[in-house]
This record gives sequence, structure tokens and C-alpha cells, in this order.
Amino acid sequence: MGMKQPKIRSMKYEEFKNNDYLESMVKELQDNGVNVVVSKLDDLINWGRSNSVWSFLLGTSCCAIEFMTLGAARYDMARFGFEVTRNSPRQGDVLLVLGTITNKMAPLMKRLYDQLAEPKYVVAVGGCTISGGPFKKSYHVVNGIDKIVPVDVYVPGCPPRPEAFYYGLMQLQRKMKLEHFFGGVNRKQPKPIDE
Amino acid sequence: MDIKDKISKLVPEVEFKEQGDLIAVIPAASFHQVAEALRYDKEDAFDYLRDIVGMDWGETLGALYYLESTTTHARIALRTETADRENPLLPSVSDLWKTAIIKEREAFDFFGIKFVGNPDMRRIFLREDWVGYPFRKDYDEKSNDLNMTNEVNADVTTEYILNADGTLSTEEHVVFQPEDFVINVGPQHPSTHGALRMRVGLDGETVSRVDPVCGYIHRGIEKMNESLTYPQTLALTDRLDYLSAHQSRHALCMCIEQAAGIEVSERAKYIRTIMDELQRIDSHLLFYSCLVLDMGGFTPFFYGFREREMILQIMEETTGGRLIQNYNMIGGVQADLHPDFQKKVKEFIKHMRGIVHEYHEIFTGNVIATTRLKGVGVLSREDAISFGATGGTGRASGWANDVRKHHPYGLYDKVDFKEIVYTEGDSFARYMVRMDEIMESMKIIEQLIDNIPEGEYRVKTKPIIRIPEGNYSTSVESSRGEFAVFLESHGDKMPYRLHYRSTGLPLVHALDTVCRGQKFADLIAIGASMDFVIPDIDR
Amino acid sequence: MNTSFLDYYSIQPITSWIHEALCSVMPEALAIFIECVVIGVVIVALYAVLAIVLIYMERKVCAAFQCRIGPNRVGGKGGLMQVPADVLKILTKEIIRLKHADNLLYALAPYLMIMASILAFSCLPWHKGAQILDMNIGILFVLAASSLGVVGILLAGWSSNNKYTMIGAVRSGAMLISYELSLGIIVLAMIVLSETASISGIVEAQANGWNLFKGHVVAIVAFAVYLIAGNAEANRGPFDLAEAEQELTAGYHTEYSGLHFGFFYLAEYLNLFITAGFASTLFLGGWMPLHVAGLDGFNAVMDYIPGVVWFFGKTFFVVWLLMWIKWTFIRLRIDQVLVFEWKYLMPTSLLILVLMVVLKVFGLVF
Repeated sequence: MGMKQPKIRSMKYEEFKNNDYLESMVKELQDNGVNVVVSKLDDLINWGRSNSVWSFLLGTSCCAIEFMTLGAARYDMARFGFEVTRNSPRQGDVLLVLGTITNKMAPLMKRLYDQLAEPKYVVAVGGCTISGGPFKKSYHVVNGIDKIVPVDVYVPGCPPRPEAFYYGLMQLQRKMKLEHFFGGVNRKQPKPIDE
Repeated sequence: MDIKDKISKLVPEVEFKEQGDLIAVIPAASFHQVAEALRYDKEDAFDYLRDIVGMDWGETLGALYYLESTTTHARIALRTETADRENPLLPSVSDLWKTAIIKEREAFDFFGIKFVGNPDMRRIFLREDWVGYPFRKDYDEKSNDLNMTNEVNADVTTEYILNADGTLSTEEHVVFQPEDFVINVGPQHPSTHGALRMRVGLDGETVSRVDPVCGYIHRGIEKMNESLTYPQTLALTDRLDYLSAHQSRHALCMCIEQAAGIEVSERAKYIRTIMDELQRIDSHLLFYSCLVLDMGGFTPFFYGFREREMILQIMEETTGGRLIQNYNMIGGVQADLHPDFQKKVKEFIKHMRGIVHEYHEIFTGNVIATTRLKGVGVLSREDAISFGATGGTGRASGWANDVRKHHPYGLYDKVDFKEIVYTEGDSFARYMVRMDEIMESMKIIEQLIDNIPEGEYRVKTKPIIRIPEGNYSTSVESSRGEFAVFLESHGDKMPYRLHYRSTGLPLVHALDTVCRGQKFADLIAIGASMDFVIPDIDR
Repeated sequence: MNTSFLDYYSIQPITSWIHEALCSVMPEALAIFIECVVIGVVIVALYAVLAIVLIYMERKVCAAFQCRIGPNRVGGKGGLMQVPADVLKILTKEIIRLKHADNLLYALAPYLMIMASILAFSCLPWHKGAQILDMNIGILFVLAASSLGVVGILLAGWSSNNKYTMIGAVRSGAMLISYELSLGIIVLAMIVLSETASISGIVEAQANGWNLFKGHVVAIVAFAVYLIAGNAEANRGPFDLAEAEQELTAGYHTEYSGLHFGFFYLAEYLNLFITAGFASTLFLGGWMPLHVAGLDGFNAVMDYIPGVVWFFGKTFFVVWLLMWIKWTFIRLRIDQVLVFEWKYLMPTSLLILVLMVVLKVFGLVF
């Protein structure tokens, strides 16, 4: 049985980086073994999920403006199925953290993450969210949001170009396409905390 | 009468420092008296408090007050300090300038200086349970761990009152009654333009009180600057107000150049001025998009971004960056202009002039837009000055405050442009100021674009720049008001204190006055028409 | 008047034949029961399919207005499978239960909302003989059924225990109830014009010309008023105050996730369709082809086009009109919305009613 490879339209598998990460994830999932019927159903659901990534924005600074460009006519993210941005955490699929997370903001980001409905993902956009970026030495900046919430995709840049956003979101789509909806790596928290 | 004589007459023990800016050092005891005299001076009232810069001078804690007169545009700085580091007290000037309320809060938050008589002595940027005052030189940066508990905001503010016998007593002012219907707008909210949080008291749909809570994007840039060399500090200004990236960095470069005595070539001045104006158009287009989006119109949003994208492309060719360009350097600019630059800028201006009617057709003339903006959120001229609401907001209220006109820098004294001033002071005037400024900016660029002289785009500077001891300041007209840099150097290769005047903080402060009695939907529209950028407020 | 082709396309004989065939093998009650179940399934399926079509249409239409392309990558050319992907996603999302909320009402609200919209939906005259609910007070039933949606919104807002949803719900309560008045009065005027309150009757009455043309200028003004009030009823821009994304994040359904949110989302689009559907029924003749009194040849040619095509054509035209409005205008403020209704729209619609009665009494209509 060959390695399952996620397909992104008009992009070759080899054109993506970090494929080893996906392959190890597939291997881990295959070791657990899946029923054929369930896995076909999984594929269908994953097709739906990966093509309908509704973002929930936590825009704090510069990267948020670049994200607005992404929504505007020139880069038009509606083409890829990222059209809808919901402003309520209950209705988003992916928490896009755009901009520096400070110590004062950190508990709120955690709360927003908790409020998202499963299955949920986190994309850390920009240097600040990945490591603190230029503000790494500041007394009031969280050096990487992965200290607080699990991050699925990192999009580096200061701010990233719109193309980099797309690359990051496509990596997320690839990841979604491989996951198992029925049992598997979906639920990251044992039980979500309600507000 | 000379300003020095005036102050000396009031307080004989005054000292003047003239290394860089003119600073009058005034003992704390007679500070309020001097401030009041300057504020209500008959010939030349210093009615605009530009900024309060909290300072830690080692033995003493204190503050620098930068004043300006709105009639003669004369400037002066006052300095006052206290030697008591345990319980530092300074007189508040919040009764003279409204903006002092929030600026003194900032100094309290960072330095722990208690301003006696300020009605609102809460922390502003840091959590209310934060320990210590981070901008003090003896602050231990490790003393506050990441606190993941939810912050509880007090509903009362504290005012310190100095009794006649020298003891200190406190009085509490209530912000929200327990029965008030208070909703949180932000920090995660689509219309706060970043991580601003407003606690809004509502009476039905009517806003009864707005209490802004800042600091959700406080990155401590000013503190970080104290451990960076001068060329390194440049990197952070672009991230302050990312829609005025060029202008902010221009201000800092000018300040350092002025202090270190570096002369910039004419070509660099041309490039800087053109870039500043391109940035202004870029920012105002985004303002249009955001204002319309916040009022529920989706299509006009795309119009603004369509043209903005052209500017970004022009900038990217030359600077290599779309939003954050890091283009200005000490002594000039990072790189020479792209060969296509002039052609593309001219094409853009032609295109923009041809298409701006679309903006007005879909939004300005729309009956819904005019009824929602006209007469809404009026800020009077007196309030605008008292709050220090510079930029388009102030000019919409009839306060001619354009730094480009009154304290020209770059090439603004050589070009012909009109200062857009409206007198209505409502949201519509604030909107129109920006739309007209786009046209003025294009006029400025047109005058310069064909005359860029040949020459060096950057003069060579030493890798390590030392600035002689003293206080230096420059200000520029950024896209949303007066952006100023206040630098105190003690002769090192790193600044002793580098403070930026936030263009947005006074605007956020003014929201409470402007929005009371308006509808909740207006709050959003007023906020958008004020056009603030949050990272610039929190720094 | 030659209505031969209208009769030819009528599906009345087929339905009667099915009914008789069923009755011949089972008792009539069981036959009716089975028919009801089948029809119910058909309605729900049609409802879902139409929602998908409408959402796709909205995305493409707004993309066209906004100088962009819109969905074009998911599932072949033009992103046709985009919305089904969204639906699959929403179906598999977690439904969050709230701790400090009124759980019964919280869970009930989306169903109330969707029920109201399905009830009104089933009254639409699709085709000659293909109307599911048809009674002599049909149009009044629609008004009554669609008002149930307000209850759903109010409950959703109240039971979520969230200040944003509360504001959204109160806004929409105030707005919907006000605009229902204009809507009702305009419907009354059209009942006067067509002399019946039954939906099929209203359509039949337009066999010699659509109401829009029969009622002179009055009917055209009434059409405009209906569209405004109907737009407000459907909670769409510039009247989307209940959702008001930029003010209330997501309005009354801020706290809903997964399928429950999907219901609200669906109902929003179907309410748009229903508004447009009744606009075409009341003013543009429903499934009735374009007939001009006196031109029999022309009328006969028009009759060749089946009624269902006419109905969808007209309805989607009105939908497109409403989308155009939504993507052009900015949102009104709550006080402006109410002032507009009570000071301008209501008196106008009352005037329309009076004028319509006068026209009818003096036989001035066509």
C-alpha cells in the first residue's frame, strides 16, 4: 500500500516542503489501522473540511492588514474555499493568530482557542507569533504562541506575503486531508471548556 | 516677552537646558503654577500638550512635558522631577489639558509616578495585577511571569489627593455601576482595528460611557530601545503604526541625524518626501476601506484595496517590502529608486484621479452614508486641542495642526499644497479630510516626481553612532496625526530614553467624550472615522 | 384565452393519478400519509438544494460586484462544489453546549427558525398544480408562518446568555415586527387587486397580465415597498442589524456552532428566496407566463415555456436584485431603520392600500 498523498489542485506533491512531517503522520495513522468503509467516509469528510476552511481571526497587528489584502480582490482567498471569515469563535475552523501576542493578550487567546468548536486548528502567522520575532527580548511579549496553544502550521514572515499565507493554508489543507475524522488525531483536548 | 523671561519671572529658581531642545527645569512644587500660566498665557497660550514623557533619571523620577501653542506654533519643554523613588508624587496637569489624564496614566503605569489630582490613576497598558514599573532602570525584567489567569478589571478609579498637612488620601471614582449594561468590544472584535478593548456602557442602544482598555499589544518597544544601538532602533518603528511606516521611521532618522549632525542629500529628501506621501495615500485608502466595512458596506472595501495594491507594488519594487519596508536609514534611504518608479507613480496618479469618482459615487453621495456620518460624533475644536487629537481628526474639527505646514521638514517647505481643514468636527468631516488629503498628496508627489536630483541616496555613516548628551525631538505628520520622537541621550551608543508620541492614544481617549449619547453602531463608525492603529497606541 | 399549453404542462393529472393508484391498493388515509411523507422529504430536499444554489449564487454575485472571481477551485470549473464542501464541514462540526444558558430554548431556537421558513417555503406556487400548501387564506398563512422566525431569533438571542446576542435579538425583534406591518399592508393591497387571498388564486388572477402592470404606478410603488420590507424581513443588508458583523460579531447566533449555526445560515438564504418568491407571486405572476391582453399569438408562444421555468426565472431575478442591493449599500442604524419604517414606509403602504381600493372600486385596473 503506497503512502497516501494529499492532493492540492494544480500543485505538485513535491513542490511542498515539510513532506516528511506529513508522511510520519500518515505512518502513525496507518499503524493504528482503519476500516475501509470508515476510511472512505473519512476521505469524503476530509474533502469537505479541507475545502471549507473558515477562519477566525485574532488580528493584533501588522499581519492582520496583510490578511485583509488576502481577502481583497487581487489575492481573493474566496477562490480556495477560505472565503468566509467568522467573527464568532463558535463558527470558525481555524484560529489565525495574526500579530504579536503579549502577556496581557495570552490568556484571552487561550480562551478564544477554547471557545472554538472542534475540529479546530491554529495557524501562527508572522515572526512574532512563532518566536516573538523582533520583540523576543521584550518583557511583555510571549515568545511563541505554541507555548500556550498547539499550533498546526507556522507561516513565517514579517509580515508574510499573501503567497506565503496561501502556502501555509494549503499546508493546513493537506494536513486536514490526511487526518481521520472518526477517531484519530482530531480532538486535541479531552473535553472542551465551555464558557 | 521671551518665553524664558516669562518662566523666570514666575519661578526664579528655574534652570534652562539648551542641549538640543529648550527645556525648562522646574521644581515640582511650583510646576502646576507654571503650567497654568503657560496654558492661559495672554499672548501665546500653550494650549496643546504634545506629550508627557515619563523619565527615570537614576536618583529622580520625573517627566518631560512638551508644549506647543496653536496660534504661533512655538514649542517649549518643561521638566519636573521628584527624588522620592518609593512614593513619587508629581502634580497633575489634567485640569489644564485633558490629554494629560491618559498621558499621566501612562507615566504611572511605566514609572509608578503618582500624579496628584488626576482622577484616573489606573494602569493603562499592563495588567492591573502587574508587579513593578517596567520602565524604571532598576526594574527586573524577570519579575513578572506569564500570567494565564483572566484579568479582572476594577470598576473604580483612584484619585490621589494631597491634604494640607502633607498626607496623601485617595478618592474613588466609579466608572461603571454594578447595574450598568457593560459590553466588551474587543480585544478580539472585527471593528476595533486590532487589539483594542473598549468597555462600553449601554443604555439600550445608546452609549453612556466608553472606557478604553489598552495594552493588549503593548510590546515594550520603548524599553527595548534602551538596549539597542541607534541603527537597531530603526527596525521597530515600522511596526508601531504599520500604515505610517515610512513617516515614523523618517521621524526617527531625522531625530538621530539632527542630533548626530548628519546632513542628508537632497535626493534622499526627495525620496523620503515622495514615499511619505505615497504612504499617506496608502493609509487613507485603507481608512476608506475600513470605514466603509465597519459600516457594513462590503463592495467599497474592495475599491480601496484595489488602488492600494498598486501603491504597494510600487513600494515593493523599490523597498522590497509590502507593508513594512524598513526603507529609511540614518543618512538617507536603504536603496536607490527602482528605474520604473517615476513612470509607475505617474501612472498611478493618473489612474487614481480617474477613478476616485467611484469612491464618492458608491459611498460619499449615498444617503445612508451621509445620514450615518453627518452630525455624528462631534468633537469641538477646543476639545480636539485639549485632547491633543492631531491629524485628520483635529483638522476636521477646525484645528489647523498639519506639521508639514507649521514645522516643515523634508521638502514640504518647497512644495505647494493646501492644508485641509473642516469645521464641522463630525464623522463626515473626518472622512472628507482624508479623501481630500489623498488629492493633496498626489499634488505634492506630482510636484516632486520629475525633479528628483541626481546624487547619493545615502551618505556614509559610522557603524556606531554616538549622540552627544541632550534632549532631541522631531515630529512629522504621519498618516494619522503628529508623530514625534523624543530622544534623551547620555552620550552612549544607545539611547537613554526614546519615546514616541502615539498618534492614536489621544483619539482613543477622546472616544468617551465623542461617543456619549450616540448609538452603538455610531461608536463603531466614529472609531473607524478617527482612524487609529492600535500597535501605535500601545507601543 | 388560449391556455392549452398551460393545461398541458399542469401536473395536476399526474398527482391525481398517483393518488388514485395508491388508493386502489391501500386505504385512503394511509395513501395520504405516504404522500405527505414523500412531499415532506421533497420539500426538505428542495430546501437544502436551493440553499446550496443560493449560497453559491451569492458568492459569485458578490464576487462579480467586487471585481474578484469568487470560488473557482473546489470541484471542477467555477468552484461548483464549494458549497457542498461547506455543508459537509458544518455537518461534522462540534455543537457546543453552553453552561449558563437556557438549554431547552437554546436548542429549540434554530429549529423554530428553520420551521418557520420551511412552512412559508411550502406555500410557494412552483407550477400549475404543483403547489404544496394551498388554502383560501394562503397568503395570510404565509405571513403568520414567517413571523414565527422572529420568535426563533429572539429565543436564540435571549437563551445564549450573551450580551451581543441579546442586542442582536432585540434589534431584530423591533425591526421585524415593524416591517411586518408594511409587508402585511402591501399584501392586503395585492389581495384587493387580485380579489382572492389564495395563492393559486392570485396567480390565476394574473393570467391576463401581471399585477405589477395591472395596478398602474401604485403597483410599482407597492413592489418597491414590498422589496424593502421583504429585505428587512429576511434580515439582509442594508437591514442586517441583527447580525451586524462589524458591531455584534455575529449577532443573535454568536454562540451557535456546527449544525445549529448551519440552520441559521440556511434560513437566512431561504428567507431571501421566499421573499423573492412571494414578490414574484404577488407582482410578477408566479408561474404565470408573461401575458399581454389582446396579443393571443404572443401569449401562446409564452405558454410554451413551462411555468416552473417562469417561476424560477422571476424569483432568481428578484433574488439577484436583492443581492445587488445588499452588496451596494451600507448598513442602517437601528433608529434610522425604525424611523424609516414608521414615518415613511408605513404611511406609504397605507396610502397604497387606499389607492388600490379606489382603483379597484372604480374599475381603473386592467
